[in-house]
Amino acid sequence: MNIPIDLSLLYPELFLLVWTFVVLVADFFTSEDSKPNIGYLSLIGLIITAILSLSSKQGTTFYGAFRADTFGLSFNIIFIFSAILTVASSIEFAKKNLKHQGEFYGLILFSTVGMMFLSAADDLLILYVSLELATISLFILSAFMKRDLKSTEAGMKYFILGAASSAIMIYGISLIYGMTGSISLHIISLRLEEMLTLSPLFVLAIIFLIAGLSFKLAAVPFHMWCPDVYEGAPTPVTAYLSVASKAAGLAALIRIFYDSLQPAAAQWIPLFMAIAAMAMVLGNVVAIKQHNIKRLLAYSSIAQIGYVLVGFLGDSELAVTSMVIYMLAYLFANIGAFLVVIAFYNKIGSDEITAYAGLSKRSPFLAISMVIFLLSLVGIPPMAGFIGKFYLFSAAIQKGYYWIVVLAVLTSVVSLYYYMSVAYQMYFKTGDDDSKISIEPTLAVAVAIALAGTILIGVFPSSVISAVFGASRAFF
Amino acid sequence: MIEHSYIIALLPLVSYVLIVFFFSKRDKVASGIAITAVLISFVLSVFALFETLADKGPHIIRFEWIVIPGFSLPLSIYFDPLTSVMLLVVTIVSSCVHIYSLGYMHGDPRFPRFFSFLSLFTFSMLGLVLSGSFVGTYIFWELVGLTSYLLIGFWFEKSSASNAGKKAFITTKTGDLGFLLGLLVMYFFAHTLDYQTFYSLVENNQISAGVLTAIGILLFMGAVGKSAQFPLHVWLPDAMEGPTPVSALIHAATMVAAGVYLTARIMSIIVVSHTAAMTIAYIGAFTAFMAASIALVQNDIKRVLAYSTISQLGYMMLALGVGGYVSGTFHLMTHAFFKALLFLGAGSVIHAVHTNDINEMGGLQKKMPITAITFYIASLSISGIFPLSGFWSKDEIFGAVMREGHYFLLIVAVLVAGMTSFYMFRLCFLTFTGKPRDQHKYDHSHESPKNMTYPLMVLAFLSIFAGWVGIPWLHKGYSSFVFFEHPHHESPVIWLMIISTIVALSGIYLAYLMYYKRSIDPVKVGERFKPIYTFLLNKWYFDELYMGTVIKFVYWFMEVLYRFDVGIIDWFVNFVGRFGLFNSRLWQTFDVYIIDGAVNGAGYLTRWISGGLRKIQTGQVQNYAFVIFLGVVLLILFRVM
Repeated sequence: MNIPIDLSLLYPELFLLVWTFVVLVADFFTSEDSKPNIGYLSLIGLIITAILSLSSKQGTTFYGAFRADTFGLSFNIIFIFSAILTVASSIEFAKKNLKHQGEFYGLILFSTVGMMFLSAADDLLILYVSLELATISLFILSAFMKRDLKSTEAGMKYFILGAASSAIMIYGISLIYGMTGSISLHIISLRLEEMLTLSPLFVLAIIFLIAGLSFKLAAVPFHMWCPDVYEGAPTPVTAYLSVASKAAGLAALIRIFYDSLQPAAAQWIPLFMAIAAMAMVLGNVVAIKQHNIKRLLAYSSIAQIGYVLVGFLGDSELAVTSMVIYMLAYLFANIGAFLVVIAFYNKIGSDEITAYAGLSKRSPFLAISMVIFLLSLVGIPPMAGFIGKFYLFSAAIQKGYYWIVVLAVLTSVVSLYYYMSVAYQMYFKTGDDDSKISIEPTLAVAVAIALAGTILIGVFPSSVISAVFGASRAFF
Repeated sequence: MIEHSYIIALLPLVSYVLIVFFFSKRDKVASGIAITAVLISFVLSVFALFETLADKGPHIIRFEWIVIPGFSLPLSIYFDPLTSVMLLVVTIVSSCVHIYSLGYMHGDPRFPRFFSFLSLFTFSMLGLVLSGSFVGTYIFWELVGLTSYLLIGFWFEKSSASNAGKKAFITTKTGDLGFLLGLLVMYFFAHTLDYQTFYSLVENNQISAGVLTAIGILLFMGAVGKSAQFPLHVWLPDAMEGPTPVSALIHAATMVAAGVYLTARIMSIIVVSHTAAMTIAYIGAFTAFMAASIALVQNDIKRVLAYSTISQLGYMMLALGVGGYVSGTFHLMTHAFFKALLFLGAGSVIHAVHTNDINEMGGLQKKMPITAITFYIASLSISGIFPLSGFWSKDEIFGAVMREGHYFLLIVAVLVAGMTSFYMFRLCFLTFTGKPRDQHKYDHSHESPKNMTYPLMVLAFLSIFAGWVGIPWLHKGYSSFVFFEHPHHESPVIWLMIISTIVALSGIYLAYLMYYKRSIDPVKVGERFKPIYTFLLNKWYFDELYMGTVIKFVYWFMEVLYRFDVGIIDWFVNFVGRFGLFNSRLWQTFDVYIIDGAVNGAGYLTRWISGGLRKIQTGQVQNYAFVIFLGVVLLILFRVM
């Protein structure tokens, strides 16, 4: 039998993989002073990958294990954009704080490759392996400041807990394989439809999968690692973790649950509802007491994933669209906020929120950008976050889950308090030092891109939405 | 340009953002940005006008903002000749006022802030004009109200200014409540808030006349507040506490005309509902008469102009009420120019003599010739003297009222015209002619700088010629450009023109006798008609009336609520206290939290929980792993139960 393996579907992934090796090799031939060039080299690779992805074909190959569709493409764009912004934000940071810069960029690219494979995986094994590729690179990246105790601790914690949760997840996968005899998402759903009653063991497998993926999403109660790792990891890595890694988890979640476990929706919807509620309440409430901006953003990201899971409950075309839109909005707003944190840290060397006092005088650009990103995270029009939340909540309301939407709106109000307390520091407090803060050109461009994304999606959502709408076709 | 007409409105917004965030300390840059933005908007409006002349439209540009299955929230632009005219009026007056403010506000410590507010206002006003749905109109309507509040109270150190701001805000809000109710009724019965969809529904008789009357009157309530019509006119004279350029822009030419604009936009209702139409016409006529009568005796130069504005807006409402779409909007345009000019002229005078009281002026003509001449031009125009702008537009209104057969209203309107020319020339003579009544102030007065006089000249030009586009013998004039449903050429009524001119001239002549030649002593006239004089001087006692009834009632009601609250809260606090005391025997430690919680409320509780939850985050990796497995167990338990 002639096995059709169409490698052309994999061009973007393969290209980035090759480019990663190019980056690693180029590292050998670069002197310590010109290491930032490795960063620029990585950026070029990422931009070409983005172009390749946008122009790539759609279809399935490798016996249906690999599936290139609009859904995967939407997520690929999110991954690549986060990688671009992360690399752009790292250049100055890496020069100052990191050794082995070439490997640093290489690992970011490896992680991105893993995520891109993940979003195209139509098979539990591919999905698991690519998820691990993405995550293991991130373990190393978190611990990249070897001499820094917090960074080492972050990497260690992330690794141990990540391994534990992976174990749970692979256990769930093996149970599903045992009961259905397949690892293909499509065949699993067919088998599931044939089952008259769902065996308790299957429910257990679903719970294991939820636990494993919730760890990647940092949803409550699998979030414990998140604040510690976010605080300890080098800030660009935190930015990447908070967006790309979550988006990867979400892509896997949508693939598995909307595609293959769809027939068992009645089983998993209540579980996600509980997780979403806990994430929103815990994330938003605990964020109030934080005085480190990275920890604040960590808890905020826990809350944000709670909102996304509210949309996830919708289990419809609108739900997929809303999650993609929200992740796009979240990508620009959250990485944007971290970009400001990085720019600030590069000059001031502090992550304490009180250190931001008087930033509006010291750097009006950074201050207003931060406010816009935070407003987008709260979901205030006309920022992208508003559109995203609006769609997420509409998806849940369409299915009649009113109480969780009410809870989401209420907790959003709580979030306004801690987000705006940062703005309060920047605009209404005066710091001891009021010298101007300059910002590096690469970083400034990255902030400008994030700003543009945040505002443009908010003002012209319809064009983005129509582009994304195809993403749901894979499922409905 | 029409396709992208949103740019016209967005430019001032950009200016606002730039000034607020980047140039809040830079006088020159801030004013430069604001003026550039509004001038570009003006040029673009001219382009848009030419496009509209070629194709009247209406052009509807829809912009789907949020669309989900079963619900959509479109924003749209409704662009027809009226929109085009309004854009021009707003951008021209706004440009003049921007430039004028360079001189007038020179040296003010909050100079950049003033320009940022002007930009914000211009943005909101242009947005209001462009909006293609009642929702959009309502949003911008509130925005202009907000900027009006900010600018009236711009010199908030003066308590009169900040009080006037509050008064304006609250009074107009009363009307806005009607507007909002009108929108709700409209959405409930018509299921749309879009101009065009609504118009076609009305045209096809798909909405019952009763509902239309309700919508019409409710929306008109909003217009009554914004355009300072009886009985909500009391805020406008007080709003004169704001800087004079603001009075010219917001409280004479543009924002107050927004009510007239809104009324013009619901012309299709007026045509169908006789009740709504007559309500509008009679309120307009009564306002015109009442305000003009008050203006006869006021001594504050800006307040005379404020009452004059109210009176003229009443004219426009009257015109719209009798179905005179063309004449109402035409007068809106000409009035914007000459009234802005009058205010800017008054500002120039105030700038020179530092007082608003006309009793302390006199003879200023020699000191400030440009201001005086332009002021005369505007006064002639508002009095309706041939062939200035005001003549043509006022005549259109008389014609419209007469053709519809409302002879009583016609008599009122003509009478008001006579009163108008009298109080305007009383003002002119007292300010610019005769002997200086305050020698000291006279000696220190001087002509204003060029950046103030040039805008006066531009507006004077427009006060003379802008009305010529509406000369009734003109076949391609205003009435064949801005019209409702289809253009109709009315033959001019010559005898009416003659009568109105005679009335206007006799008003001027009377003022001449009393205040220039002094052959009739105004004081003696005042003595003779003392009751009427005091009645007018006290502005028909409206403020006192409202103080004694509405405000008193509100205070009384507040008192009742307050007592009610105190009772309940006292009871509640006592209850909590006793409960706490009772508990304290058993739960000594707990009760602190209950009382604290009741006192400090949810905020404290949230923070407390936050702190508590934070303690779970021990930093120990084994604890974290434990929680993960605990989480799995919890999920299983959750599923089993």
